[in-house]
Amino acid sequence: MNLNGEKIAKYALMTVAFSAVASLLLIAVFIFKEGLPFMFKVGLRDFLFASDWDPMAGKYGIYPMIVASLWVTLGAMLIGAPLGVAGAIFLNEFVPKPVMRVIKPTIELLAGIPSVVFGFLGVMVLAPWIRATMGGPGLSVLAASVILGIMVLPTVISISTDAIGAVPNSYREGALALGATRWQSVYMVTIKAARSGIIASIILAMGRALGETMAVIMVAGNTVKIPHSVTDPVRTLTANIALEMANATGMAREALFATGVVLFVVIMILNGVALSTIKGRVRRK
Amino acid sequence: MRIPPKYTQILAVTILGAATVFTVAVLVFIIVFVLSKGLPGINWEFLFSAPKDMGRAGGIFPTLVGTVLLPLMAIAIALPLGVGTAVYLTEYTRETRLTQVLRFGTDCLAGIPSILFGLFGFIFFVVMLKMGWCLLSGGLTLAIMVLPTIIRTSEEAIRAVPNSYREVSFSLGATRWETVLKVVLPNALPGIVTGVMLGIGRSIGETAAVIFTAGSALRMPASAFDSVRTMSVHFYILAREGISNEKAYATAAVLIISVLAVNLAAYGMMHRFIAKRSR
Repeated sequence: MNLNGEKIAKYALMTVAFSAVASLLLIAVFIFKEGLPFMFKVGLRDFLFASDWDPMAGKYGIYPMIVASLWVTLGAMLIGAPLGVAGAIFLNEFVPKPVMRVIKPTIELLAGIPSVVFGFLGVMVLAPWIRATMGGPGLSVLAASVILGIMVLPTVISISTDAIGAVPNSYREGALALGATRWQSVYMVTIKAARSGIIASIILAMGRALGETMAVIMVAGNTVKIPHSVTDPVRTLTANIALEMANATGMAREALFATGVVLFVVIMILNGVALSTIKGRVRRK
Repeated sequence: MRIPPKYTQILAVTILGAATVFTVAVLVFIIVFVLSKGLPGINWEFLFSAPKDMGRAGGIFPTLVGTVLLPLMAIAIALPLGVGTAVYLTEYTRETRLTQVLRFGTDCLAGIPSILFGLFGFIFFVVMLKMGWCLLSGGLTLAIMVLPTIIRTSEEAIRAVPNSYREVSFSLGATRWETVLKVVLPNALPGIVTGVMLGIGRSIGETAAVIFTAGSALRMPASAFDSVRTMSVHFYILAREGISNEKAYATAAVLIISVLAVNLAAYGMMHRFIAKRSR
């Protein structure tokens, strides 16, 4: 190939290299273009902090859904984060390496279970159980939290395990040499050294829980109401978009894109925090 | 009173171990439960005949076709873009402000929830470009969604190719592009294929981004401009609208088996690749 072809290849590759960034910008531009004007038309306060959602009557308050998303995401983290981090610690520190080499890929493999399947199990197994033992409709904050908590487990375990595995062995040996027990060396040394990776895994999982749609639609009940207990049904931001998208037109559709803007901004902040936490520590080790 | 370290050790290991066992048990339970309920409903006829009465009876053949076509289309679009990006980042440039921006963009794209991909695909491909709900709109949307996975795995695979390979190629008078084509990419192939498999796995399981871009027509697509319904979307509609739990379980079983098979292949490939490299 002549040198001219070389140049063409170089510039072609350079152009292609912008595909991901260009897609990201395109997504942001289109969601904001549809959603932002609406926000200012309705007024930020009447959009973000009003509790009436009734597009037919021109009421577009998404406050109950913001609260619902927060509750459900926090609930998922209360379940997923401790279990996931505990699993990661146990697999790294208290289990023989060959066993871990089987269990970790198995858990990561399970990350591939489609979210709709999780949602369906929530409906068939979890919701009836909640209805029978705790009352309420079953489809609720609690059901959504449990399902999402399980769904984020592979994310938490996988990234935390990498972070803990990246802690140099000499750290552990130092602690053990000073007479610490295995557990003392774990919580005094290893966890502290792997802290940034563990925190990043939890923040990324939070983003995933907040952004999950189909499973939440199936198990959360979808009532637009500020929840007063964990057995109340709720509608999250993502569920709101997906549920009304099919028949929304005009202002109502713009309202859904405005909901998308809120979601986009929050997720971007979470990702930014997670990425800057991991940066240079776990990645490129 | 302080608890002696010996007992905190035992306590900690018990609690951590219980949490781990619980986690694995829950995830395994999900698979076993769905398979045990769904497998009896799977037979030749279910897989290869058309659904009747909205899916209450009959099979899932058109959705099976959709589930094969849509991810393939997504990969066909994302693969050249993703591998091209990875080649540019590894072979054609040093670490600069620009590569940092490109990497940050890729990482951010990976974190965007699928419903936002769905919103974007709907307003851009379906409405603005007037493509309607179709295989192509869905394929393009999914392509953007799996792009970060393909870029990352390809980049790692290309980085793992030893520098000496490139040096030998250059010393024989090959240009950079010839080296990329004939030395780097063939050696990075297993890693790239791993990324492709992971992308396919994610596409098969995706619902939110697909339902708003590819639609949910329950018939065989005749062209790229026809709407398709994937297995995930079909399963969602069966379960959500309470059409048939029996068919829903069977569809879920096929869905899970497909995703796990694809992911397992990806991990197998990656494992062999790593084993070969570290020898």
